[in-house]
Amino acid sequence: MKAPMQIPITVIGGHLGAGKTTLVNHLLRAANGLRLAIMVNEFGDLPIDEALIEAQGDDMIALAGGCVCCSYGDDLMAAMQQMAAMAPPPEHIVLEASGVALPGSIASSLSLLPHVVDDGIVVLADAETVRNRAQDKYMYDTVLRQLADADLIVLNKTDLVDSPTRDHVRAWLIEQAPEAVIVESEHSLVEPELVLQSFIGRARGAYLTNAHRNRVKSHVMVPEAETDAETLAAKLAQDETVVRAKGFVHQDNTSKLIQVVGKRWAVSDFDTDKEAGVVVIQTLG
Amino acid sequence: MTTIYSAKKIITMNPARPEATHVAVRDGRILGAGTLEELAGWGDYTLDERFADKVIMPGLVEGHCHAMEGTLWKYTYVGFFDRMDPHGKIWDGAKDIEAVVERLQEADAAMDDPDKPLPGWSLDPIYFGTGGEGGARVSRADLDRVSTTRPVGVMHASGHILNVNSKALERAGLLKKGLNNPGIPLGADGLPTGELKGPDVMTPVGIHVGFDRDMLACDEGGLIDFGKLCVRAGVTTATDLAARLPEEAVKMMIEVTARQNYPARIVPLRFHHGVSPKELIEHALTLKEQSTDRLRLGKIKVVVDGSIQGFSARLRWPGYYNGAPNGLWYISPEHLKEVLEAALKHDLHVHTHTNGDEATELVLDTMEDVLRRQPSGNHRFTLQHCQLADTAQFRRMARLGMCVNLFANHHFYWGDEHYNLTVGPERAERMNACATALEQGVPMTVHSDAPITPLGPLFTAWCAVNRITASGRVQGETERIDVDEALEAITIGAAYTLKLDDEVGSIETGKRADFAILEDDPEEIGGDRLKDVRVWGTVQDGRIFAASDL
Repeated sequence: MKAPMQIPITVIGGHLGAGKTTLVNHLLRAANGLRLAIMVNEFGDLPIDEALIEAQGDDMIALAGGCVCCSYGDDLMAAMQQMAAMAPPPEHIVLEASGVALPGSIASSLSLLPHVVDDGIVVLADAETVRNRAQDKYMYDTVLRQLADADLIVLNKTDLVDSPTRDHVRAWLIEQAPEAVIVESEHSLVEPELVLQSFIGRARGAYLTNAHRNRVKSHVMVPEAETDAETLAAKLAQDETVVRAKGFVHQDNTSKLIQVVGKRWAVSDFDTDKEAGVVVIQTLG
Repeated sequence: MTTIYSAKKIITMNPARPEATHVAVRDGRILGAGTLEELAGWGDYTLDERFADKVIMPGLVEGHCHAMEGTLWKYTYVGFFDRMDPHGKIWDGAKDIEAVVERLQEADAAMDDPDKPLPGWSLDPIYFGTGGEGGARVSRADLDRVSTTRPVGVMHASGHILNVNSKALERAGLLKKGLNNPGIPLGADGLPTGELKGPDVMTPVGIHVGFDRDMLACDEGGLIDFGKLCVRAGVTTATDLAARLPEEAVKMMIEVTARQNYPARIVPLRFHHGVSPKELIEHALTLKEQSTDRLRLGKIKVVVDGSIQGFSARLRWPGYYNGAPNGLWYISPEHLKEVLEAALKHDLHVHTHTNGDEATELVLDTMEDVLRRQPSGNHRFTLQHCQLADTAQFRRMARLGMCVNLFANHHFYWGDEHYNLTVGPERAERMNACATALEQGVPMTVHSDAPITPLGPLFTAWCAVNRITASGRVQGETERIDVDEALEAITIGAAYTLKLDDEVGSIETGKRADFAILEDDPEEIGGDRLKDVRVWGTVQDGRIFAASDL
């Protein structure tokens, strides 16, 4: 699916203290020859092993093994363009979002840049505190929106809770992000292959406000054989009641992935054995 | 060497002696204000009668603007309202899309290189009418009529939307179907309409239309032009409210403001973006050391939320009137706490940007908490914009020793939009509640946020006195303030929020000789005409600047 010159980007999000910086550090140590470019808001909290540093500038650190670290400060877009222009270009960019950022918005903006492709969103959740944070007077909706943006949720610090608590949190996370894959970890130790896998083509759960949530229904629509994917997607997009829709149709012996968000739609080729079916989320009256 | 100036009237803002006929100046400072006989007691003097038919006020203080207003005039102005540039030329407002296109076509014709980008600014199609909710829409087809060879981009007055032509989209690689981004509306043909909403989608295209990477920074020419705008507005002290302030920029600002002909005192605030709380405090402490007479460094600006018209401000229940989801936090509560607490500890002065009332609430909660551990009798932390604060929040500000700088100009420019779309009638009427702030004893000033709205404290004072929207409605009758209160707000009121009230903001013994020289008397002209008061120029640190000589 990737065009040859595009560098995949994985955005790492999650609330303050969820373990994002620890994960980033872990990825650097375990990069195993992959030339990673790590982008952080500021170097402040990133304790990079001195022995690994080969060269250091104001906002760029070159590490042994070909990885670089870059602080994007207040100008993410400029830093990103600089990163894509590096020679040789990094093989994968990992962006650590701030604790209040919505990773979905960042990924969506970054995907506008010609040289990079939105490859996945990984959101960390602290098993011990995430549910409290999701009830915080100020941060609750930010935390929920971050989780809903995730392709992969890392349920972190599981060593700090007992197993019934862990199971409860896990069940709760599934409710918040039904589309996301959930993995558990201690000290952000997740296999880099898992974190950096490509999630292209995967649907993300749209954050629905509570008001919204109470007034939507979801159902599976089975399209007739040889339905034209683009016609169906356009029809769903025109339907005012459709909040989002995602699924497959089979046409001319290939599978097509349909994605609809509000009035927007996209159809792409997608190799799958799944049966034709489109999950449609609609508002009620 | 003492000079005594005579005037038709001197409005001193010193309640013990509110009016005078003469003011004596020595070494750039005020010896006193009173009668010629009283002032003659200071010894030999020269009587200067050049202001004999003018009204003198304390030099006006703008507590929230950006020096980039000077820089923006390099680009083509396409705003709806008439506006004066640094050289005194008044640009007619562009009243419809046709006028915007014509203005840009003129700029295009004056350019040699057909590929060079053409940036314009201050577009506000909400006034163009008949375009449905939120006014007319500008499309790339409109801007394609300006040029199909060069990228053309026009920034909206609010700073939250950028309109571009097809060439600009093409250069950015975005003239294609299948884009899926809420900031990029699509046309019936599936291609972007050319409207780009929000900084995240504006930046990647903005660089192709000539908007530099650091929009909030000003260059040397811009800072010089900004000084000229200050003189024309009667301003002698102005903030540059959010800047990154890297070493080379600080060096340039120190050098430019130190020039004998630089007419204003600039107060730049270091914003919190892009550095950790610890680095922020360290940088502010370093900057404080570098402070000069005319460049007051070492203050901090923390941006807590976004903007109301961009739907990125954090609102308390029940949120936006049109049902838009709540806005964004630009700092975590933990980092906010860390910055405020460390700033109190190191005696650094912080101004916080909060537009929505939930963001204001977070700052109040945080201040209440950190003040227990770092008590301060004189911190004067100031809530900037603070547009939606209610009476309970103003009471808390007063108890916590905070100041407020309200965005009075918003009522005129976007009041109707707030009433109809963003916050609805009730909250629109209490927005920028100047009267409540004063009633609750919160030190208060008002601002333009130039370049978002034009630099001009007398106009801003008019907005606070009248609360008239662009459509002519009075919005929030009970929050109107008197002319006296408004004049106080744009002088000593603003000086207080900058901790400069011991130096500027009133005409009395010992203070700096900073004056606004006016052709009309703001106390006599009437509140409804306050904005029409003509400014002759300024005196700053005893140096005379006539607007006509700039």
